[in-house]
Amino acid sequence: MAHAVERPKDTFRLSMLIYDTRYRSLTIQVIVFLLVMAGAAWLVDNIIRNLSALGKDFDFGFLGVRAGYDIAQRLIPYSQNSTHAMALLVGLMNTLLVAVLGCIMATIVGVMVGVLRLSSNWLVARLMTVYVEIFRNVPVLLWILLIYTVFTEASPAPNAFRPDPQTGEVTKTLFLGLFAITNRYTAIPNLQFEQGLGSLDLGLFSLNLTFAAVVVLLAIGLYVRSRIIRHATAVQHATGKRPQTWWKSLLVVFLPTILLCIALGAHFDLPVLRGFNFVEGLNVSNSLMALWLALSLYTGAFIAEIVRAGILAVSQGQSEAAFALGLRPRRTMNLVILPQALRVIIPPLISQYLNLMKNSSLAIAVGYLDLRGTLGGITLNQTGRELECVLLMMLIYLAISLVISSGMNVYNSRVKLKER
Amino acid sequence: MKKTVFFGTLTAAGLAAGLASAATLDDVKARGELVCGVNPGLTGFAAPDANGTWTGFDISLCRAVAAAVLGDGTKVRFVPTTAETRFTALASGEIDMLARNSTWTFSRDTDLALDFAGVNYYDGQGFMVNKALGVTSAKELDGATICIQTGTTTELNLADYFAINNMSYTPVAIQSNAEGEQQYLAGACDAYTTDASGLAATRAAFATPSDHIILPEIISKEPLGPATRQGDSQWNDIVRWTLNALVAAEEYGVTSANIEELATNSQNPEVKRLLGTENNLGAMIGLDADWAKRAISVGGNYGEIFSATIGESTPIGLARGLNAQWTQGGLLYAPPFR
Repeated sequence: MAHAVERPKDTFRLSMLIYDTRYRSLTIQVIVFLLVMAGAAWLVDNIIRNLSALGKDFDFGFLGVRAGYDIAQRLIPYSQNSTHAMALLVGLMNTLLVAVLGCIMATIVGVMVGVLRLSSNWLVARLMTVYVEIFRNVPVLLWILLIYTVFTEASPAPNAFRPDPQTGEVTKTLFLGLFAITNRYTAIPNLQFEQGLGSLDLGLFSLNLTFAAVVVLLAIGLYVRSRIIRHATAVQHATGKRPQTWWKSLLVVFLPTILLCIALGAHFDLPVLRGFNFVEGLNVSNSLMALWLALSLYTGAFIAEIVRAGILAVSQGQSEAAFALGLRPRRTMNLVILPQALRVIIPPLISQYLNLMKNSSLAIAVGYLDLRGTLGGITLNQTGRELECVLLMMLIYLAISLVISSGMNVYNSRVKLKER
Repeated sequence: MKKTVFFGTLTAAGLAAGLASAATLDDVKARGELVCGVNPGLTGFAAPDANGTWTGFDISLCRAVAAAVLGDGTKVRFVPTTAETRFTALASGEIDMLARNSTWTFSRDTDLALDFAGVNYYDGQGFMVNKALGVTSAKELDGATICIQTGTTTELNLADYFAINNMSYTPVAIQSNAEGEQQYLAGACDAYTTDASGLAATRAAFATPSDHIILPEIISKEPLGPATRQGDSQWNDIVRWTLNALVAAEEYGVTSANIEELATNSQNPEVKRLLGTENNLGAMIGLDADWAKRAISVGGNYGEIFSATIGESTPIGLARGLNAQWTQGGLLYAPPFR
């Protein structure tokens, strides 16, 4: 057996970095990496030079300084004597509020419209098409402004609810005696507790214990409910008969919360017109309403298309098979089509949620003080720290986006096709 | 060839803006145009008329500076800036000077890296309400909804005033005077607050100005003045002394009507120095001898500009008040020209 001819020993030459395919891609990557880093370094250097030329420094100390301005809508305690960091938090809470409300509403609207667009009812399907095409083809800023204008121009001022000074006649009364839609806000009854649990001071902000207790009770209720459902499914698998669960679910989810509320003396304070405005009740500003509605209707149109695509992605044979087994259309949708469609729907849905959250920064157009309005608006202006404020804002939006998408990714991995 | 020059200029302009170079005077001269940041629309102070020509009190100052530097009061490009963008526009070099009812404060002068070039209007913050509300004093505004421009000193004064008087209010944040006007008229707020001069100017533009009253309380000091970038004292001097020249001209009785005559015949040495017939003061700030004469010729002296744009004969109808000459009991006081 002859030995194979010994291959010439590889000696490394510098030219091989370019001509040898084994190294070439590595060379290119290293060069590109160096160029990108050099570009970044140049940008940073440029910023530092220009800042020093303008006599400005880079300092986040302003966050601890008294803010001095007031914010109309605040979910956490805040006054003009609070710091800019607190104003940032108030803005962040407002951003999250509108983002969460918007995501919930957009999902409801989107799923309903997406399903109805596939309806065999000609009129319903076409109406939904019109909705989708109108809403997703007009910039969301215009929708926000339009809805806001409708609210402010078409509804009466709080003054209109006052009795006429001459005749004493009341021309306008509260809707159902509970709500007042005005050109500034919608006054709604406010849930109040006679003896609250007080609040816990956490240094940065204080936690409302009553609110926390309600949330914890609801969470426990939901967990127990999921156990009941799981048990029912197990019984169904074992015996073929599914025990009734709806009343148990209602009981465990709502009864403890209601009992707690009664124990704490919960009652609704109705809005009353006093001085210039409605007081006692909760005043939901028109800017929040406009922003919420516009964002959810706009994003809802996109979600509708995603839902429709998801449903159409499930082959026709699946529903035919379900019908052949005798399942009604509703159960076919819930048990056969939607579970499969969700796998297609979830990934693009994540980016719609992210879009909605980021679009909420258009709030400034209607004077809703979200993160962009407090940190990126008033704080930026009053302190003159443009670079710091904008960088911080970008960082916060990035963090929220990453949290949303990682949360949704967890959900996605739960519904996606399990390969075993 | 033309194209090359064009691109060359473009690159040069880009570089100049990028570096925010110190010598604004050279930039303005090279450009042949002064870029002035102004209010996007406040009748009497800065607003485009039916032909698109900008007119107003602040506009006149920009034109005077352009005349002093470039010899032509029309060589100005006006850049409308909101309360929020104005200082950034100045700091970034997008505009050469800012004449936009901006209040001179400590932190703006120091921390924001601006240099204020004097005061062209002494103002104070007031409130405007609809007469139908029956409110006669700002102290009766407890619980009111108040429209307020964000990014202004008035925002902070408002918060302070209500806190001191132990009253509550709901702020409605707005972006511009036009938006404030619309919101206020739509009844989205009970009161509108800004500088008293701004309220008068805004009210003058209403369909029925007499339905609205400006409450007597003035809750702050608002010295409004032009500003330049920090670190260019030559340019700041030019703006400062152009303003001073307009004020001094009124004091010495130099008007747009008699300026030519005084330039040749006046025996008053102060007037002679001002108009450049004696001692070349212009050379000390990098301009020629006639700079102040040209500045005054554009719209007249301070008093003429005032009465033509916001004075009692105009719909805005502001009295001179604090803005009279020091000899008339006001605060206007130009340092000596020597």
